Order: sequence, then structure tokens, then C-alpha cells
Amino acid sequence: MSFYETYKEFCKFEFDEYFKKITSADVLRALAKEKLDYMDFLVLLSPAAKAHLEDMAQKAHKITLQHFGRTVLLYTPVYLSNYCSNYCVYCSFSAKNKIQRRQLSFEQAEEEAKEVFKTGLRHVLLLTGESRAHTPVEYIAECVRIFKKYFSSVAVEIYPLDVDEYKTLIDAGVDSLTIYQEVYNEEIYDKLHISGPKKDYRYRMDAPERACKAKMFSVNIGALLGLWEWRSEAFFTGMHASYLQDKYLDTAISVSVPRVRPNLSGFKPLCNVTDSDLVQIILALRLFMPRVGITLSTRERASLRDNLIKLGVTRMSAGVSTEVGGRTLAEEKSAAQFEISDKRSVAEITQMLKASGYQPVFKDWC
Amino acid sequence: MEDFLEIGGKKIKNRFFTGTGKYATNEVIPRLAKEAGIEVITVALRRVDLTSPEENILNYIPKKCIILPNTSGARTADEAVRIARLTRACGCGNWIKIEVISDNKYLLPDNYETLKASERLVKEGFVVLPYVSPDLMVAKALEEVGAHAVMPLGAPIGTNRGLKTKELIRILIDEIKLPIIVDAGIGCPSHAAEAMEMGAAAVLANTAVATARDPVMMAKAFSMAVEAGRMAYLAGLGPVKLTAEASSPLTGFLNEESG
Repeated sequence: MSFYETYKEFCKFEFDEYFKKITSADVLRALAKEKLDYMDFLVLLSPAAKAHLEDMAQKAHKITLQHFGRTVLLYTPVYLSNYCSNYCVYCSFSAKNKIQRRQLSFEQAEEEAKEVFKTGLRHVLLLTGESRAHTPVEYIAECVRIFKKYFSSVAVEIYPLDVDEYKTLIDAGVDSLTIYQEVYNEEIYDKLHISGPKKDYRYRMDAPERACKAKMFSVNIGALLGLWEWRSEAFFTGMHASYLQDKYLDTAISVSVPRVRPNLSGFKPLCNVTDSDLVQIILALRLFMPRVGITLSTRERASLRDNLIKLGVTRMSAGVSTEVGGRTLAEEKSAAQFEISDKRSVAEITQMLKASGYQPVFKDWC
Repeated sequence: MEDFLEIGGKKIKNRFFTGTGKYATNEVIPRLAKEAGIEVITVALRRVDLTSPEENILNYIPKKCIILPNTSGARTADEAVRIARLTRACGCGNWIKIEVISDNKYLLPDNYETLKASERLVKEGFVVLPYVSPDLMVAKALEEVGAHAVMPLGAPIGTNRGLKTKELIRILIDEIKLPIIVDAGIGCPSHAAEAMEMGAAAVLANTAVATARDPVMMAKAFSMAVEAGRMAYLAGLGPVKLTAEASSPLTGFLNEESG
């Protein structure tokens, strides 16, 4: 059994036809339920639900408050390497792009760790491009061990691995994995991923499940919004999260809602995802999965992020650089994976959260 | 005669225990602890950061409180034992609330792993308060291995649903000699009073306090409800009857004739 079977079950589903039949009364009915099933989730993603965003927000806020309190966990990404063997049309790091490639040595990684530690953050997300040759599992594991000297929680966002390789990283100190399917629509996936190991749709789709099998504490998934029609993509994201949550009770499942950002590939999103659409996705996910973590990156602009906190977001990045060695090798600029929109420091995000009546949480792991 | 709850050699007057999670700001913790007279306060070790004074949650807990660190984040007995040892190394004392949760959907405790961790930690000299689903056999086994209290849930954590497991908790109160501390699911002071009237030794609630509009006032309300419930229990509640009891009984003449 794999989530692929669920995907196959729904991939021919006529989303638009179904959405046309959804009425305002259906939305209110779904909203009144305590436990939502996937049909209710679809109802909340429908155009008809657009008129009820405020009602959805009120309920989502209440549920989030109940389960997570007035707290937002802060973390920051650290890019270890931008070498990549994939050609993905929407990414700066794509093997085809002639950008300056760089990879942190272990000494440089330690310098970067020390620099991030000074900000007060204790949760860090280590990222690489997808190149097994440049950044083999053992290299990543060693970087994890270095960061683990300073940080309570070390997460990784890297190429998909086998179960044993995930175990190796867990043994080195990793507690969380982030991996995005990017786009659930299999045909579009095939078109956007021109070459490289990432072309293997199934291997990527099953990666979060392999991490669960390896006993990862937390797994964060998502679709890159804008690569395809957002309603079905958000639906598959929720279904994937729900599949993992039901099957692997001992792994905390969370979702991200990244929107495509301008980057060196010059890629134009195939589907427009407005602020209102993003809000609808967050709310529908929260109501469908009351306990799921929702992560919001600095892809979104500061003012929007501030407003999204109350709608169900539980984790935010702060003090972000998407360049390799972005904090310690500043004088030798490398290419950023994408342009960040919210450039605020950890101190500024902390201040904003406090002013909004939320506690910024720096450490929630040991 | 003063009424104290005794656990691990400590005498506790205020039987309302609370937590440190979910607050908009940690600064509210010392205020509510003071105003509600809190004596026992739980804290997740995962939130303790000894490297940062402003962020170190321990700095917000008044010195005279008993810190009840918990093993939140543990999915197995091994992980709970590891976290418990870390709490001691962090200077949190030797009390430990064992939380072993391998269900991220409902956050229900794993009684089997909790029992295993309890047994090991008792041997290591901890004052062990295990958080469990109310189950008589597990509670008996916990008694057997030397746990210092049993903390059954009233309803799943954070749900505010109240004493949904009332009948099972009642059995624990009747059959287990250890203090029964109702933990989780307690949504309002009346739920807490209800548990105390039944004979629970104490009540722990966090979400209901932390997410209240005024957490300090809510902590006080809980303390008072717990105290009232305790007093009612000690005073001896009258039996509950299905029908009204006539003030002129039908067999009253028997007394008259014999008198």
C-alpha cells in the first residue's frame, strides 16, 4: 500500500464538475461538523466556500488555539549545497542553470551553525540540492552531527532516500524531514521534471512514507503551489498528510503551503494562486486535520505572513537566507534557490509575534 | 486538621496543578502561579533551553513551586527514560510526569510503554507520576512497580471535554491506593470540581487556563473549584437518589407506636 493508490483513485476525479454542484449550504454543513471527511475537505476547497472564508477562519483559529495555544515555532533554513543533478524547469538550482555552485565544508558548516545559534533559534532545517555525488548521505549525516552540537532540532530537506538511509540520518540526530511532492498531478510532474533522478514520481511520493517507516519524529510535506491547479493539488496534499497520519501514528505530520517564487529559471507559474486562495487552502487544511502542523516560509511577504498566523499556522521561518553559506560567506555571493519575500530577522519576527499576542517558540525538542 | 496531598515526601496544599505550554507569553506564568497559589507546575523538557536565559521557561516558574517535568515527545519507554534523565541533569529535580505518546492524532498515551518507563525510573529514584488512559490493570501494575501517583485522562489532551472517562476513573479511585490525579481534557472549573468530589487527589489542567482570555483569573477559578470539590468530598456528599424523599414517610407510624 502506498499513497499512490489513493492518488490513482482520485486522479481522474472531475474536480471542476464536482465543485460546480457545491452550494453554500454544503459549505455550512461541512463547517458545522466536528470531524470532517475528505468530501467535506473538498467542499471547503470549492469556489462556493470562498464566500465563507471568515466563518472558516473563525473556526480554524479556535481549533488552532486549542491544540497549539498562542505559540508559533520558529526555525531557519541553512543551505549546505546547491549542486543538483536534476533539471526541473521551476528551480534556480536546476542542473541546467549556469549558476555558481558551492558546497559548505564541515568547517564552514560549523561556522554557519555558530552564526545561526547566535540568533537564539534552536530549530534548523538543513537543505541541499539533489546531488548524491556531491552531497552523499554520509556528508549530510556529518553536517547533522555538527549542527546537533548547537541545535535541539535538526531537520533536513534533501533528495529522497531509502528507509535505511533515513535511519542513518536519524541516528546522526535528525528528527524531521521536509520533502515536497512539488506537484501531485503525475502528467504535469513528468513535464516539469525534465531529467535527473527526480523524474521518478513514485520514488519521491513514497519518500515521506519511508521516513515514517524509519521512525522519523516529524514529516512535513507539501505541493509547490502554482505548478498546477491549486484546488486539486491542495486536496492531494491533505489526502497525503491524512494517509500518513492515519498509518503512522507515531510520526507528527505537517504540511507546508509554498507558492512558486520568482527565481533564476524564469519560470512562470502555470496556475495563479492568490492570497485569498492561499488563505482558503490553509483554512481547509486546518479544519480537515485539526492537529496537523502548518508551516509558512518567507516566500510570503511580511504583511501577509503576519495575518496568516491566526488562521492556523504553527511554524514559521525567520532570519532566512536561501544561499549556500548565506550567513558566513556573504562576500562571495552564490545563487539563491528562490527570492525570499519576508527578509525580517529573527529579532524582528519575534517582536511581531509578541505584538500579535503570540509566543515565539525557539525550542520545542530535546 | 490540615488536609495535604503527600507525594514523594512533599506536602501539597493546592491540589490544582497546571502547566506552562500554550501561553502567549511566559511572563503570565509567575503571575498566575502566585495569584492562584500554584504549588505544582508541569513543564515539557523539550521547551527548556538552558542556553538562553530569556527563553528558558524554568526561569518563569517561582522557586517555591514543585517542578513536574514531563517527557513530552517520547514515543517509547526508552525515549521517556532518556528525557527523564536529561530533566534531572538540567536541575529540574527528581519528579517526572511520564508521557509516552505514539499517537499524534488523538495524543492518547501508550500505557504499555508508560508502565515500562515507570518501572525503570522508579528504580532510578525518580518520583514517578505516569499519565495514562484509565485502565485498572495498568494502574494496579503501576502501583506494583512503585509509581507515586496515577494520572488518568479525563478526555484527550486539549479537548476541554471534561470527565468523559468518569466511570473508569471512579474505579481507579476506589481500587488504587495511590493518589489519582485527573489530567487532560478538563475544560472548566466545574469539571475539576466534579473530579475532586469523586475523590480524585488532584487535577491538572493546562489548555483551559492557557487559552483563556484571562489565564490568571482562570487559574484562580480552577484552584477554587478544586478546593471546593475537595471540601465537598471530605464533608461527605449526600447520596444521590432517583426520586424525591417524602418528608412525611409512610412507615413513620412504626416509630410512633414503638415510642
